Amino acid sequence: MNHLKAINRKAARLEDLTEPPALSAVEGKDVVALQQGPPQQPEPHIPLGCSFVFSPGWEADRTGGTAGLCAPVERDLFDCHMGCFWPAQVPDQLNHAPDWTSKCAAAQKDWRKIDLIFP
Amino acid sequence: MSILGLREFHRFEAAGQPFVYLVPSAAVFALDEVSDAVLGLLRDGDRRHEEVMAAMSRFDSAVVADTVAELIRVRAIGERIPDPPRPRLLPMIPLSTMVLNVTNKCNLACTYCYEYGEDKIVDTENGKKPKFMSEATARDAVDFMLKESGASPRAHLTFFGGETLLNFPVLRSTVAYARERAAALGKIVDFSLTTNATLLRPEIVEFLIENEVGVTVSIDGPKEMQDKFRVFHNGAGSYDEVMPKVRDLLQKHRGRPIGARVTLTRQTLDVSRIFRHLTEEIGFTEVGFAPVTTAGGRDYAIGDEGFDHLLAQFQELAQDFLRAAVAHRHHGFSNVKETIEEIHKGVSKAYPCGAGLGLMGVATDGDVNLCHRFAGSDAHKFGTVRDGVDRDAQRRFLESHHLDDKTDCRTCWARPLCSGGCYHEAHTRYGTTTSPNLHYCEWIRGWTDTCLQVYGEIAVRNPAYLRIFDEAPMEKVS
Repeated sequence: MNHLKAINRKAARLEDLTEPPALSAVEGKDVVALQQGPPQQPEPHIPLGCSFVFSPGWEADRTGGTAGLCAPVERDLFDCHMGCFWPAQVPDQLNHAPDWTSKCAAAQKDWRKIDLIFP
Repeated sequence: MSILGLREFHRFEAAGQPFVYLVPSAAVFALDEVSDAVLGLLRDGDRRHEEVMAAMSRFDSAVVADTVAELIRVRAIGERIPDPPRPRLLPMIPLSTMVLNVTNKCNLACTYCYEYGEDKIVDTENGKKPKFMSEATARDAVDFMLKESGASPRAHLTFFGGETLLNFPVLRSTVAYARERAAALGKIVDFSLTTNATLLRPEIVEFLIENEVGVTVSIDGPKEMQDKFRVFHNGAGSYDEVMPKVRDLLQKHRGRPIGARVTLTRQTLDVSRIFRHLTEEIGFTEVGFAPVTTAGGRDYAIGDEGFDHLLAQFQELAQDFLRAAVAHRHHGFSNVKETIEEIHKGVSKAYPCGAGLGLMGVATDGDVNLCHRFAGSDAHKFGTVRDGVDRDAQRRFLESHHLDDKTDCRTCWARPLCSGGCYHEAHTRYGTTTSPNLHYCEWIRGWTDTCLQVYGEIAVRNPAYLRIFDEAPMEKVS
């Protein structure tokens, strides 16, 4: 680190443990399918995508409709934005709607401020 | 973009330079100008990442981005979300220190004594507990210690009392027995004892030297302070009786540093005078001070102003220590030394001390207790030396005394080192070992801040000094 200097032993350990992986290690990683058998890489295996994210009320309510979802559709949209990128649902923040989340500092309390985007 | 806010840390300055002590990791980092400026900005409130960049425009933007990334990395700043509950690891570690109460009898009658005084826990009168530990029980205790020390090659045995030397015959035979048993098992046992020094005789001193027994002398300082509370049963002061014997011990016993352990009361709060007397005039290598343990309202209890006064005196002596450390000289103020050792190692405690973990006390009848201060207390019993540690009782104790359960401590930056403070203090003051010692929070924070400054300054001016802490220390018993 360049701006913080580890002074005690714990600081040195913290620095070691949080050392970002060297570029070559990042390059060496690959996307693997879950059904390829035992982990192909020794590191913790973090699945991509949102299918592992627990989001209650995501799909349908107990009647099979969407009226009684425990989280509103806007929250679902935001989950797609944060948890994974799902282009069909999330506005294009690079070009079309760069400020889409600007009023949403913390999703838990500010999700109401995320507006719908109309083309 | 993310919102950045301060996480938990304590900022301090030493040698004209800013540092942070991170909580709960207990890591110490020195800050540069940019990192200190970022922390200063966020002190006024949370900011969006780009607002931080804009406010820091006087620095190169790549440098600011780099700094922010480093501060996030060590968790000095970040999104202010509560830490997820940590898994409650119950550290069932082997026994490393056994404190053996070879007697609960004493030839002094110190007014403030936690074993005999107004706030005693265990009724040792009326034959409820044997006055002296028998040789058979002491042997069982040694076997217990060696067994419970598990795979560890070293165990530490401390003799305690009462006045330990009242039961010198058992003490002597126990040392011999422990040596013999340890040798058979390929282990090493360290010995130490605490004494009021009234009963030291040349042959006892010989024995202590021969067996490399570390000695701590309970002593309160110059005559008028020593004689204030450390009195015989007839009320006579013990200074004149003790001093020639202490001098003799210090002169002969050169193998291990001999420490003085001073109890501070409202009436004897002259730290620097006590320190100078005990080191320069008497010759102790180390002096440790402990405020008296008492229920509130006792005549000798140290009140809030007393603690402020005490802090000022400790700070003055800590400056002395600092000058010595920078010059690579020994200084015997053990309170500061022990704290900066913990700072250096980055100790972050879930429990205030080793009691009930690697340290246990053994009462005269062989009951195993939380620590020596609870020796003989049925409410704080973890088995017996004959039956071994009652793991269920130990587990119950550890489950109910974890730092996470002390809500008062949750926002305190000094909690990695304090962890709520001494169980015995809490029991005496609040009637339960689960309570944090709220009566000295200000004092603890003030003192920890002082020690951080001393540590920071040593780290800048003479980092080589800190290498003395890279060897394993022994559990302290007070």
